[in-house]
Amino acid sequence: MSAPDAIRALKARWSGATDRATLDHPALNVPAADLPAVLRSLKEEHGFDMLVDVSGVDWAEGAVPRFTVVYHVMSTSAHDYVRIAADCPDAAAPEVPTVTGLWPGADWHEREAFDMFGIRFKGHPDLRRILMWDGYPHFPLRKDFPLSGVPTELPDAEVVAETRTGAIAAPMAGGPFVASPGEINMTEAEPRAKDESWTERRPKPGA
Amino acid sequence: MVSANTELTYNSKIEGEVIVSRADAVINWIRSNSMWPMPMGLACCAIELMAVAASRFDIARFGAEVMRFSPKQSDVMIVSGTVTYKMSAAVRRIYDQMADPKWVIAMGACASTGGMYRSYAVLQGVDRILPVDVYVSGCPPRPEALLDALIRLQEKVKREPSAGKLLSA
Repeated sequence: MSAPDAIRALKARWSGATDRATLDHPALNVPAADLPAVLRSLKEEHGFDMLVDVSGVDWAEGAVPRFTVVYHVMSTSAHDYVRIAADCPDAAAPEVPTVTGLWPGADWHEREAFDMFGIRFKGHPDLRRILMWDGYPHFPLRKDFPLSGVPTELPDAEVVAETRTGAIAAPMAGGPFVASPGEINMTEAEPRAKDESWTERRPKPGA
Repeated sequence: MVSANTELTYNSKIEGEVIVSRADAVINWIRSNSMWPMPMGLACCAIELMAVAASRFDIARFGAEVMRFSPKQSDVMIVSGTVTYKMSAAVRRIYDQMADPKWVIAMGACASTGGMYRSYAVLQGVDRILPVDVYVSGCPPRPEALLDALIRLQEKVKREPSAGKLLSA
């Protein structure tokens, strides 16, 4: 079944499913509670048998909803993609049901989303951090986490005692070096520091 | 009349099979010409490290071709690549397992300073956890640059007061 047909069928069956703005593949917003049923239907009734990616979005501190989980699903017979997104109802403790029962491959994707955003996947068999070390106290891809990081203890106590070092806030030296649309000609210029007045010696104004 | 001296080198008939030298010179000569690397290949610099060991650049010319993947058999740790905070404890523990005397080469921008990774996840220079002897610039460095670092490390080793250290140890 092609992606637009699948989207129509899902919208007819789940009244909570709404169209999601998209630039490429058809996309749906669904309530978090309906997520496993919608994805199961996509997989078993509409032939979207391959889970390509699970990722998260942090819209901003104070935004409602703050966290969204996005699933990219592909049909290996129709060669078409569908994107399903679900808003986490609670910004303080974001949680959605796991889909590891449908696709075992969702396991590490969901661990990464948990590691980076702190989104918990209810029913996940082994929800540990996957990139940062166990015991790391922050969620690095959240909007309130600075790019340079925050000073943190390293995991190995013996090495810390020997080297007397820890994770530091990285010296940004004028960065982050990004190219923003409208500020410079993106095809010709290199990425520039947004605010070049501050370095590790002179702290960022307002920091 | 002065005859030309043709005895350019050691002559056992004259010297009586005895060489007089300094203990430092002998020990450092042995150490510096047989430095077995511990290849700490963590990122793309490790590809250049492999090129250094391969036929075109041939690190064997400097006596450092024996890449040992056991820290107990190696003399110089070549940290080639990005050291994340998660990996840093393992790097330090492997260094701790190397037998003295031991040296460290920080190969490339990431190992030296964190490089372009001004990030929450990357150790900002391996010298925060290890005593580095030689830093190599580049991203990644050319193989010649690593050979140059090895030669500089050999020169550094040749200046060390090895005998005194051994006696006082």
